[in-house]
Amino acid sequence: MTGNSAPRLSVAVQAGLGSFTLQASLEVGAEPLALVGPNGSGKTSLLLTILGLHKPERGRIVLSDEILFDAALAIDRPTEERHLAYLPQDFGLFPHLTAIDNVAFALACRSARVSTKQRRSEAMAWLERFGIGNLGERNPSRLSGGERQRVALARALASSPKALLLDEPTASLDVEARVEVRAFLAESIRSLGLPTILVTHDAMDVEALASRVAVLEKGHVVACGLLSDVRRAPPTSFASRLFSSSTVPKTSGIASPSLQ
Amino acid sequence: MSQTVLSRARSRRLYNAVMLGLGGLLLLFLVLPFVALVLDGGPEAIWRGLGCSLTWPALRLSLGTTLISVVLVVVGGTPLAWWLARSRWRSARWLEILLQLPVVIPPAVGGIALLLAFGRRGLFGGTLERLGWTPAFSVVAVVMAQVFVSAPFYLQAAVQAFGRLDPNLLAVARSLGASPPRLFVRVALPLARPWLIGGAAMSWARALGEFGATLMFAGNMTGKTQTLPLAIYTALELDIHTAQALSLLLVVFAFALLLFLRRFNRGFEAARGAATP
Repeated sequence: MTGNSAPRLSVAVQAGLGSFTLQASLEVGAEPLALVGPNGSGKTSLLLTILGLHKPERGRIVLSDEILFDAALAIDRPTEERHLAYLPQDFGLFPHLTAIDNVAFALACRSARVSTKQRRSEAMAWLERFGIGNLGERNPSRLSGGERQRVALARALASSPKALLLDEPTASLDVEARVEVRAFLAESIRSLGLPTILVTHDAMDVEALASRVAVLEKGHVVACGLLSDVRRAPPTSFASRLFSSSTVPKTSGIASPSLQ
Repeated sequence: MSQTVLSRARSRRLYNAVMLGLGGLLLLFLVLPFVALVLDGGPEAIWRGLGCSLTWPALRLSLGTTLISVVLVVVGGTPLAWWLARSRWRSARWLEILLQLPVVIPPAVGGIALLLAFGRRGLFGGTLERLGWTPAFSVVAVVMAQVFVSAPFYLQAAVQAFGRLDPNLLAVARSLGASPPRLFVRVALPLARPWLIGGAAMSWARALGEFGATLMFAGNMTGKTQTLPLAIYTALELDIHTAQALSLLLVVFAFALLLFLRRFNRGFEAARGAATP
């Protein structure tokens, strides 16, 4: 199953984080990995390190057969050459560009020689694929949370990424939008089959979006395994609180808040 | 109980009177000179003052040189501010402080410093002269003095604007594959634009009002290096109403600038809707 062709992100890094050291090893294949842990445990820092925005002191980050970072070999590819799609908590849409131009921005980054008109029509096709073709000329401030999420994902995928990094994808949404976005994201992540790391505080995100879980505590990965295993034997008090606070069916799927 | 209500009402009245009194005094002090500037002598005297032979050369020179200064400040200051805002070096923070010096030192000191650096007998004056260039006491010196005193205003605004950009947006842009030039031109510049324009406007106002450094480094030669503030100084020896008329010209420019900034900021906020970057 883990042939050479299967996309794979492997991370083994050590980086100073002020009060403690981030020391993490992760392997992500086609099964999405949820990164959970209390505030300040280094989840976002780990994402930024993978992105190339924090430089670790030691370690190695490899995406499929490409070395993104290797301290020993002095390889440190800049963020713009890593082909990692990053979705921050508030989706990171450019407020000065319309939805369609947000997507066209990603296309322009990857192929500068295409005409603006062609790029815009390609961007439109992306928006239509995500069911928001009618919102192309809107500014992000005039989009709902769910719509923003779709534009952000369309833009991320238009840049033809090789892996997906999501930082608390539902945290900034209201409860109803959360359910919608979660379902939409779950479907997108499954159909893409890209290595996906998802930072979250929300057990329902974990249940709906990930099949594996890594628990981070003070910069260390204290457990990493199948969702069902981590849920059965939570390694930290944080993990046990996380999974006990949500009442979920044992089969993984989209948990609805009304389930008791 | 009614006694406490009464005393409370009295103390509130006292509070209002003190606050209003103190604030009102300062307000009066700030407004009265403008009133005098507009009313004294009547419109005829002012009109005659405007007709003085100093007026048009000084106005032309002031507008021309400040325009060049502000362009130079923006063209050089924008990349410098971007670098300062992005740099994690400690030396960048020190440089930021150092670059604010021209704001707090008296302009006359700036003029002496310029003279010692680029004057004929200055530190670099000899080198410049050998290259066939003596900037002191020329229109170039006017521009140099203006750039020296006004650049920090733009730099400060620009460093703050770039520093306030949402780091997530920059991270996303880079993750999408934006090269450093694209990040700067397509993301950072448009997002920082309103603050950059505000900074440029303040910098222009400072250049327009520049007096001390210009006097020291460029001199006060009518038609050559005499800008409006210097013309006011010269006119004061001839006729106060000429000085008044020239001063009113500068007030009109300053007021137009404030109106423009207000308009511009409002238009910008309306265009972007409720979302703040």
